[in-house]
Amino acid sequence: MSSPVTFNNKYLPFALIAPQILITLVFFILPAGQAIFQSFRLEDAFGLSSEFVGLENFINLYNDSYYLDTFITTLQFSISVAFLALISALILSAFAEHIIRGATFYRTFLIWPYAVAPVVAGSLWLFLFDPTIGVVTDILHWVGISWNPTLNGAHAMWMVIITSTWKQISYNFLFFLAALQSVPKSLLEAAAIDGSGPIKRFMSISFPLISPTSFFLLVINFVYAFFDTFAVIHAMTQGGPSNSTSTLVYKVYHDGFIGLDIGSSAAQSVILMILVALLTVFQFKYVEKKVAY
Amino acid sequence: MSIKYLTGVAITAALLSTSVQAKTEIEWWHAMGGVLGNKVNEIVTDFNNSQTEYEIKPVYKGSYGETMTSAIASFRAKQHPVIVQVFEVGTATMMGAKQVIYPVYELMKNTKEPFEASNYLPAVTSYYTTNEGKIVSLPFNSSTPILYYNKDMFKKAGIKSAPKTWEEMKDVSLKLLASGAECGFSTTWQSWIQIENFGARNNIALSTNSNGFAGLDTEFTFNSAPFTKHIERLAAWSKSGIFKYGGRQSTGMPLFYTQRCAMTMGSSASLSSIQESMPDIDIGVAELPYDDSLTSKPQNTIIGGASLWVLRGHESEDYKGVAKFFTYLSSAKVQANWHQFTGYLPITQAAYDLTRKQGFYHKNPSTETAVLQMTATEPTENSKGIRFGNFLQTRDIINQELEAVWSGEKSAQSALDDAVRLGNQQLRRFERTH
Repeated sequence: MSSPVTFNNKYLPFALIAPQILITLVFFILPAGQAIFQSFRLEDAFGLSSEFVGLENFINLYNDSYYLDTFITTLQFSISVAFLALISALILSAFAEHIIRGATFYRTFLIWPYAVAPVVAGSLWLFLFDPTIGVVTDILHWVGISWNPTLNGAHAMWMVIITSTWKQISYNFLFFLAALQSVPKSLLEAAAIDGSGPIKRFMSISFPLISPTSFFLLVINFVYAFFDTFAVIHAMTQGGPSNSTSTLVYKVYHDGFIGLDIGSSAAQSVILMILVALLTVFQFKYVEKKVAY
Repeated sequence: MSIKYLTGVAITAALLSTSVQAKTEIEWWHAMGGVLGNKVNEIVTDFNNSQTEYEIKPVYKGSYGETMTSAIASFRAKQHPVIVQVFEVGTATMMGAKQVIYPVYELMKNTKEPFEASNYLPAVTSYYTTNEGKIVSLPFNSSTPILYYNKDMFKKAGIKSAPKTWEEMKDVSLKLLASGAECGFSTTWQSWIQIENFGARNNIALSTNSNGFAGLDTEFTFNSAPFTKHIERLAAWSKSGIFKYGGRQSTGMPLFYTQRCAMTMGSSASLSSIQESMPDIDIGVAELPYDDSLTSKPQNTIIGGASLWVLRGHESEDYKGVAKFFTYLSSAKVQANWHQFTGYLPITQAAYDLTRKQGFYHKNPSTETAVLQMTATEPTENSKGIRFGNFLQTRDIINQELEAVWSGEKSAQSALDDAVRLGNQQLRRFERTH
């Protein structure tokens, strides 16, 4: 047995973690601090006049019934996107695992959407869903649904959910596929010899064994639905019709970057920060207990 | 060849190149993409070649919103361009930032560049003019809403001429519906056309303080009876198919392209793209309808589009170049060419006269409709433009409230009341920071 290597320089550990600390400071702590600072101020677009207003930005948000609706919208949207993206990716990867002929072909195609930029994805699906010229509209018309996302909030919501889900499936698919491939074949073969069918094998062997991956993806998907979807919403509905697809992060972007109201936008980011922190704590505390590593 | 000779050549070359570089470079951030962007580059190249002292460098910065946001961010970082193109809703924000902007009238005076405000079309420049009649930014690309109609569908329904009033809009639409059309008319840019320009056209105020020109303590009043009646009427018509809502901005245009709606209201600058999208169809252009129960003499409409703002913090030499460039840009030749090529309004009377003299309107009578609509009357307090702080947010508030009306969730009155209440909050926030 070799003796453990020791370093006598007591500054070395600090030097070694310095890059990581620096990155965290510059890219996480500093902007977050800036957001908290701005959330207590009222400022014009150019930053020429700025005054401390205490909790006013937060109180305004609390009194804004539209902002409170945004919470519900965000929850509906995020839960739908996360679960739809997880379930469809899981099903697709379970099938892709079984395919022998042309497996690379299928996998490549399933991974492709991930390379599409959110705004482009939004524009593409907007074409398909367009109430006047969209292909999906024509199909739905056939079934007897009068599709109109420009006026019907529920339709608009489905439209952004489907587009955001479509973008995320590839990512989930990759992870699920890798996880399923690492499930020991011997276990599956033993179960098959005992007479369980493919569905049974999946439910009682594969699925529990890939739970760490599923949990990781659950967290990632919620973060995705919360933060990375505003480009899709911006390209497709701009939060409309009449606020029905305005999520928290979209409103942060809209009020800050388009409306140039930095104070209110910062206050909303702070609320979002707290919310995501709580969500992550919840996930690690309760959901992770069900995960077997 | 001796070393001395080579050194001599090198030094001469270096000297020559510095004298070439002595051209003052002036950065201009704009939001004109595609064909319009090429046209901007063409104008700038012509200017750069026309003299030897200054060189304008146009930089495309993305959409209007993105261009303005980057200009603001760059100002905060002290890296801002000399000229920036800002869309009309950003006017109050720019005007409010007095330490940031260098008003055009002041720039022209300080650089001793001849500049006569009366040469410009009042209906266009009034949007960018102070209450004292001083032009603060140079109008660049201005358009105004007009009515587009499908002449083929009109013929099928046996309609002879385009509707002039809202009452006629209804009668014509009913005839169109009877002849098999899916809807009578649609609109783009609902806040700009159905609220802001409805007010201007019928000479009713959108707010106190002459539509915000006279001060920052403005209160919105567009929940008054004429507006409510108009929105109510549109809501009722959307049930019977006379009116169909097609989405925010200009996303409703396919309703017109696919001939489901026989009429639409849109920007006068859209004419060429409409003709391109409907090559086999005869497109008519008419003035924006007015409400004859409110006025017998319709006013000019309000412009949209963007203007050029000069930012402070650069060398005085730069500003001399800007002044020269602005004079060049306002010249009848450049303006007439820009107007004829893009469909944007000419900004000077001379450019309009030149276009007429060249016989352009004979071949393209539709292009003149917007100019006539703008110049027929002297702009009033209610029609010279609007100046509301944080109006970008208010436009979205109006969008969301109107959508609630079209979908039947809210009545016209309660939607407009809410829009006014939320819009006033925006005005108050703006007032406090200025």
